[in-house]
Amino acid sequence: MSQPVVPSRTRADGEKLSVTLERGGPDGASYRQTFDVPAYDKQTVLDVVSWIQQNADPSVSYRFACRVGMCGSCAMMVNGVPRWTCRTHVSKVAKGGAMELAPLRNLPVIKDLVTDMDAFFDKWGAAEARHHPSQTRDDPIAAIDPDSPERQIADAAIECINCAVCYAACDTVAGDPDYLGPAALQRAWTLYNDAKEADPEAVLDAVTAKGGCHSCHSIGSCTAYCPNALDPVSAIAGLKRASAKRFFGARKR
Amino acid sequence: MTDNRFDFRLYMLQRLSALLMVPFVLVHLGVMIYAIRGGLSAAEILGRTQGSLAWFAFYGTFVVAVSVHTALGLRAILGEWAGLRGKARDGLSVVIALMLLALGARAIWAVTMGGSL
Repeated sequence: MSQPVVPSRTRADGEKLSVTLERGGPDGASYRQTFDVPAYDKQTVLDVVSWIQQNADPSVSYRFACRVGMCGSCAMMVNGVPRWTCRTHVSKVAKGGAMELAPLRNLPVIKDLVTDMDAFFDKWGAAEARHHPSQTRDDPIAAIDPDSPERQIADAAIECINCAVCYAACDTVAGDPDYLGPAALQRAWTLYNDAKEADPEAVLDAVTAKGGCHSCHSIGSCTAYCPNALDPVSAIAGLKRASAKRFFGARKR
Repeated sequence: MTDNRFDFRLYMLQRLSALLMVPFVLVHLGVMIYAIRGGLSAAEILGRTQGSLAWFAFYGTFVVAVSVHTALGLRAILGEWAGLRGKARDGLSVVIALMLLALGARAIWAVTMGGSL
């Protein structure tokens, strides 16, 4: 048994949070279970789930790793909204001392708050969102001007942590199982604009295939909910622009 | 039928048909407002449109653009909201396009050519 987590700054008023978890696996019907969790200052949503798992019910399954918003593991639906739970303060999202947590939308549930993210990552592959090297390790390192407009576009989305919040927020993903989703397409746009990318046309081929960038309806939930304040909907608009230009014969280089 | 770029070609077709419709819609609205200002009767309007190749070409192209554009928009809705896939979705979209085309063509024929033949 691990040591129970004792919050260091339990609130003097002894206030409790009423936290409802959506539980269950792919085979059993999902059910809701409510826990009373002691409230304390500067408590994050992930702290709450950890408290439940370590003090109330060790069978609760959830996923986290870094706790500082870098690994992209801990995203869940918080009161119906996808969020990175490690950097979401309870004080910002609890309503009347209550909070509902559920597994990320648009992904199959493995158990409780843990989703199967295979589809999400497979679509990164399908979007050809991998670097095609233009040089070998024996070549000198190419100089890239960080201020060049192209590099600025490529840099815009470089902080994506693959948390799938945008994927869960996207109504097009919900309606179209073929749609690659905001994260994969945004990565493709980054690569397309990377001066070191050897085959931007292959990237464009992949994102103009079935379920690609043209399936996006520009609803913009990806940009609205991205915890890192990235802008996938504009990246996808960039891919649409580039593919339309190519339709009329333009080539990148 | 569904090669890899099929959906992208439809996307371009929908954008291009939208582009085409912008002047059509503006002229259509403008002419409607202009035509009824002085209290033109149906007979007077028909007198100007019947036998007019220009109006036939204008509204003929308009109807084709509308049929294509609407069917493609509904195709996306059929996929995402009605859960239709593959040939069921494509087939129904083609039927919708043909219905719109038939309705529009019938109206245009009546207004521009019907009376003169």
